[in-house]
Amino acid sequence: MTTGTHLSDTIHRVEFLDKDALKIPTLKVLQADGTAYESAILPNIDQALALKIMDTCAFTRVLDERMLAAQRQGRISFYMTCTGEEAAIIGSAAALDPQDVILAQYREHAALRYRGFTTKQFMDQLFSNANDLGKGRQMPIHYGSCELNYQTISSPLATQIPQATGVGFAFKHKQQRNIAICYFGEGAASEGDFHAGLNMAAVLGSPVIFFCRNNGYAISTPTNEQYAGNGIASRGLGYGMHTIRVDGNDMLAVLAATQMARAYAIEHQKPVLIEAMTYRLGAHSSSDDPSGYRSKDEEQQWRQHDPVLRFKLWLINKGWYDEAHDLNIMQQYREEILAAVKVAEKVAIPNIDTIIEDVFDTPTPALKRQLEQLKSHIAKYPSAYPKTSGRS
Amino acid sequence: MAEMNMLHAINEALAIAMETDANSVIFGEDVGQFGGVFRATAGLQDKFGASRCFNTPLTEQGIIGFANGLASNGMTPIAEIQFADYIFPAIDQLVNETAKFRYRSGNEFNVAGLTVRTPYGGGIAGGHYHSQSPEAYFTQTPGIKVVVPRNPEQAKGLLLAAIRDPNPVIFFEPKRLYRASVGEVPEGDYQLPLGKAEVVKQGADITLVAWGAQMEIVEKAADMAEKEGISCEIIDLRTLAPWDEDTVAESVIKTGRLLINHEAPLTGGFAGEIAAVIAERCFLYLESPISRVCGLDTPYPLAHEKEYMPDALKTFEAIKATVNF
Repeated sequence: MTTGTHLSDTIHRVEFLDKDALKIPTLKVLQADGTAYESAILPNIDQALALKIMDTCAFTRVLDERMLAAQRQGRISFYMTCTGEEAAIIGSAAALDPQDVILAQYREHAALRYRGFTTKQFMDQLFSNANDLGKGRQMPIHYGSCELNYQTISSPLATQIPQATGVGFAFKHKQQRNIAICYFGEGAASEGDFHAGLNMAAVLGSPVIFFCRNNGYAISTPTNEQYAGNGIASRGLGYGMHTIRVDGNDMLAVLAATQMARAYAIEHQKPVLIEAMTYRLGAHSSSDDPSGYRSKDEEQQWRQHDPVLRFKLWLINKGWYDEAHDLNIMQQYREEILAAVKVAEKVAIPNIDTIIEDVFDTPTPALKRQLEQLKSHIAKYPSAYPKTSGRS
Repeated sequence: MAEMNMLHAINEALAIAMETDANSVIFGEDVGQFGGVFRATAGLQDKFGASRCFNTPLTEQGIIGFANGLASNGMTPIAEIQFADYIFPAIDQLVNETAKFRYRSGNEFNVAGLTVRTPYGGGIAGGHYHSQSPEAYFTQTPGIKVVVPRNPEQAKGLLLAAIRDPNPVIFFEPKRLYRASVGEVPEGDYQLPLGKAEVVKQGADITLVAWGAQMEIVEKAADMAEKEGISCEIIDLRTLAPWDEDTVAESVIKTGRLLINHEAPLTGGFAGEIAAVIAERCFLYLESPISRVCGLDTPYPLAHEKEYMPDALKTFEAIKATVNF
């Protein structure tokens, strides 16, 4: 028996497999009106979990709305929203253990919020101020928190995918019953790192959930110019990996799939691929204008499938939530975020001494010399450089 | 002559390259109907069709591998890497394939037609991953030419020369000048020579060498130095590989002093190579140590971008220190 061919029947005349031979169903639990499909099996969810998810949705909506506005006002240099993808991000994050490591792409701040990142922490990063955990070194939205097991964002696409395989394998080695979850878009799945990461995870046996947000666009490039196959899910089967496609705008479907995926990954010490079908309702980033590559009509159609609204309707049907509370919490978050903006933007950028920290564990002699030169130069021309923390 | 910005000049060069060579094709992430995230390829798909100007899947190693294949089969691929910071997944294709295609095969095969365009450099609040200047990774790779323009006129003429040069070329475009740099650009088809530096200003006391976006920085520093009675000669290197040793050496023999400025970190940067060659060739003419004003030896920071940059003030101070050594 030859390795890799033992599952095949033999044929004796040429017959190609058609790409359409592979049928991949999409898991849906909630209908548009917020009621569950009759045959649907609900995830494990109680009122406390449901309300925490909803609260994260509300915060994220307000954060995205306020901070995009702040970018437009020139208060921060850059921003990215996750509007339309909240169910994919929060529904998956809610299925995890807090010790599970999140390796995000860059549009998953809702998962970080779910873990407990505070409004102040968001603002400190967005304003690159002296309190930013990342020491003001990266563009806005490149959050990270060791305490919350959310690895710091790196802009290059797909680099986190093979890393997640390593993070998962480390848990396996340490016999710690946790997993890595790796978020990425369908565009990033075209990078070589996607293949490397998924294949290694399957071959070596690494407890990882590879979570693809298939949101329709990689900046301007639509999915039909990104891949010719059956989405991203079809590839999981090729790697010999448990795979599921879910409606990414269906909070309960995402939660159910991720809960099951996590249990499987832990029990079998193997990876799972989840493809969440969703839509990026906003621009790629504050630097992008989607009117150059897609129609308002198309966006409007997807607005009808608002994932937050669908989940809210389910909560209201359950009697766990109401519109008055929703309006109230949104208003509360608007005020909280606006107040936090006003505080964060007044905090100076980090002390100049930090510029040479963390290149290595300790600054090299050459770096120390460069810093001293820089500081005496700034002392000579203080008004030519920004006011940093600790310098009047 | 028409006044235009650098993006417009690059767009014109690309259109001319496509008109004059039916085997030329433009591709990369978002370069098709959308015209690229910086709009450098705007209108080219409408003009030349989707078979000659098209989006690729999001894979830099794929883009350059594909480009190598096209070039090895007689085409003129003009590939865009959306940011130079994202060229690294393609480094295997560039370093081990593009650069060695001709040499390893005894010129049985080559990828002469390949040009890679990529925006580089900082000053746009881009942090680690939208600011880097990775030219020195490629200047240490024999077999690839490295070209960097400083203004719209240079961009058009050098890009056309790069596309037509019978060697693979990486064309680094200074993105902070894309819209900021506006100038007169000759109409129609013209080329500027690769491998040839340009003395943009004559001077007597010190030679300043830079390229790309740092040219305007050293020009500003030279203006400040002139007010203190220091006469600067300014050279735009234009091509880093192969670089024009003679023009720089002749200038240093005249001025006796050399300052090199680049945005990339100091250590291992291309200034070190220039300094070594000039020290060998002009040792007896040098009146002071060769000065390098470069980025710090740190990743490119966001909040401290201004402090990191080898700006005009730092260059001005270094000019004075070199002249008064």
